[in-house]
Amino acid sequence: MWIETGIVAIKALVVILMVLNLAGILGWVERKGSALIQDRIGANRASVFGIAAAGLVNTMMADPLKFLTKEDIIPARADRLLHTVAPCVGLFAVTVAFAAVPFGDVLQVGGRTINLQAVPLNIGILFVLAMVSLSVYGVVLGGWASNDRFSLLGGIRGSAQVISYEIAMGLSLVAVVMTYSTLDLQEMARAQGQLIGGWLPAWGILYQPLAFLIFFCAGIAETKRVPFDLPEGESELVSGYFTEYSGVKYLMFFMTDFVEIIAISGLVTTMFFGAWQVPYLQRDGFHFPGGASMLLPQIIVAVMQVLSFMIKVFFFCWLQIMIRWTLPRLRYDQLMRFGWKGLLPVSLLNVLATAVVALAVQG
Amino acid sequence: MSPVLFVILAAMLIVSALGVVLQRSPIRCALALVTTLFVLAVIFLFLDAQLVAALQVIVYAGAIMVLFLFVIMLLNLQQDVRAMAWLGARVVAVLMGSLFLLAAVRFFVYPLAPRLGPGMGGAPPEGFGSTEQLGQRLFTHYLFAFEITSVLLLVAIIGAVVLAKRKLA
Repeated sequence: MWIETGIVAIKALVVILMVLNLAGILGWVERKGSALIQDRIGANRASVFGIAAAGLVNTMMADPLKFLTKEDIIPARADRLLHTVAPCVGLFAVTVAFAAVPFGDVLQVGGRTINLQAVPLNIGILFVLAMVSLSVYGVVLGGWASNDRFSLLGGIRGSAQVISYEIAMGLSLVAVVMTYSTLDLQEMARAQGQLIGGWLPAWGILYQPLAFLIFFCAGIAETKRVPFDLPEGESELVSGYFTEYSGVKYLMFFMTDFVEIIAISGLVTTMFFGAWQVPYLQRDGFHFPGGASMLLPQIIVAVMQVLSFMIKVFFFCWLQIMIRWTLPRLRYDQLMRFGWKGLLPVSLLNVLATAVVALAVQG
Repeated sequence: MSPVLFVILAAMLIVSALGVVLQRSPIRCALALVTTLFVLAVIFLFLDAQLVAALQVIVYAGAIMVLFLFVIMLLNLQQDVRAMAWLGARVVAVLMGSLFLLAAVRFFVYPLAPRLGPGMGGAPPEGFGSTEQLGQRLFTHYLFAFEITSVLLLVAIIGAVVLAKRKLA
């Protein structure tokens, strides 16, 4: 009983530490990456004993310290309670979403088989969707509670945008769920361990390429970053919904953005890119298509799978940051047209096509 | 579901539900309603109704209430705006509320009461509340109701489009 509880607690801790630390590292990737793209040096101000470590000291030590020690300013006419609650709601919701995302297959220790997923839920994917959809309250509340017109406009834009893109996102997930016939993300991950024709790993992207594109576009829109950063829109709204925030609360909004990026990457990896699967790696070792095989101890297999998951997630985080620094911002009508007249009809067609194929395959 | 957990969740539910009607700021009322819906979803979760819980959060808390907030923020309702302030409306509200409470007690609590109490009617059958079972029930036993509801939704969508078009002209 106590051991079981302990195992769940450790798994939850591992997931939270993985997510929050990755969010910190992404801060560095973003600042250094944008500097490289724009041909600047960037993030080179802080150093310890003359060591700047390519901006790591700046972004991983100096910035957090600065945020933590800054004065927390609440505007005089703001709603004090909601102003404080808003950043917490957003960060909480997106972090909790990871509970249902599997980060590995199983770990066998001392006769126990531990499922490497914080909480096995049979509604897994819906749980993640629910939590991501709750994170919009951080934006709405932050925008309203600040009692500032720029914040309010940002909050209103944010709620309209997230609601619009959530529909296309949900519909792209419907097609994915139809393909795997399960809502549990761990089962989806295991289903991708099969081989098509004996050599091609059966990753979701091969079955649902369109759903991947829709989900990824809608996912970037959910993170509210360029090219979909209308809620923030610094050339129009100062800083949008978090204009009136400083110090730790500002940092929390910042973190929410990065955790959302990781959440989208985690879902993309899990549903379309084989989750923690390494091609040809099964629970007892490699089994190559030619018939050759290499047996490995279970612990090494588990470590390789967790690493595989993390590398894939990191790749999609990096991709999103590169997209953010490459594309210009959409206009508001373009944003709405793309969501409602572009993504939504295509995702509906995708659901229809998937249903027809699924029926045909079942015969 | 352990009684202690139930009492805690029920208390949270009642407090947030009271917040919906007792607070003055429309935004805070709406937020109290979000909290109510969320706590209700948690209760569903502990009662083995995982799918219902997820839908509750996605549809009500995550979508409908965001639109509510959107409208409240757009209209910029202030604390002193109270549309239902006149006495007649209050009397009607109290009457309708009591009627609803009476109906709820008569049709839900009263028939179920003998089955409540310690043990809460025993463990649910295997697979209870799972997406598969719910889907099977919905598309076989309740197919007619399901289709009627979809038609109703379609009518509402068309109605919304017609209304929006007329304003533009």
